[in-house]
Amino acid sequence: MSKTSSGTLYRGREGMWSWVGHRITGVVIFLFLLVHVLDTSLVRVSPGAYDAVMATYKNPLMALGETALVAAIVFHAFNGLRLILVDFWKQGTKYQRQMLWGVLALWVITMLAFSIRHLSLAFGGH
Amino acid sequence: MSAEIAAPRSQRIDPKYNRANTSRGSFEMVAWLFMRLSGVALVVLIFGHLFTNLMVGGGVKAIDFGFVAGKWADPVWMFWDLAMLWLAMLHGTNGVRTIINDYAEKPATRVWLKGILYVATIVIIILGTLVIFTFDPCIAGNTIPACK
Repeated sequence: MSKTSSGTLYRGREGMWSWVGHRITGVVIFLFLLVHVLDTSLVRVSPGAYDAVMATYKNPLMALGETALVAAIVFHAFNGLRLILVDFWKQGTKYQRQMLWGVLALWVITMLAFSIRHLSLAFGGH
Repeated sequence: MSAEIAAPRSQRIDPKYNRANTSRGSFEMVAWLFMRLSGVALVVLIFGHLFTNLMVGGGVKAIDFGFVAGKWADPVWMFWDLAMLWLAMLHGTNGVRTIINDYAEKPATRVWLKGILYVATIVIIILGTLVIFTFDPCIAGNTIPACK
């Protein structure tokens, strides 16, 4: 392999896994989005129908599912901003790996804050 | 001695290899740009959506018909949700379209999968838009005093 192409090695490394993660989280979010528009549409049927479906979002098991969904959204969001920097920032490809660690660090911080608040609200007694 | 070799698709080799002047090329370029522009907007819209619905007040347990009615009494939230619906659906549809193009190899499979995708997208966007604009807080079944 020539010297000039070694700097762009993406396959099999962190860059490739961020691409795999971006695709998987994207599909998961899209499938939830379809369901979410349908469940919200029940406000047009009756208050009772909407409240009944929303009640299913309020059990402890679903609270964990919501946390996983938000984890997927937050990763997709931060990694998406990294992709924009890779495409538009002159130094983007050079620092794509460092930016991925930045994405993961921000993801951990955001998810810690979200999980503490969301799970304490969802598991709280009232 | 130096021989100059033209870069691929620079139109100096053979114009038929240039992809930029075809309508297909320009569609993919617009789609690529749309993913980035809508992506930035969606970060703001969805983070705002998650924050107001799950992080403040009672969180997920406080979401019911009254909560939605309260939000959609304000046109700002109506257009927030409308922008989120359209941008997220188009962003997601284009993402799934890319994935179908990558992994479905048979032309018939691609046509079917993308057909199903586009029908689902159109149905969901129209349904969601109608729900936002025809929402009625005093729909039959609502027993709050303000609707008497």
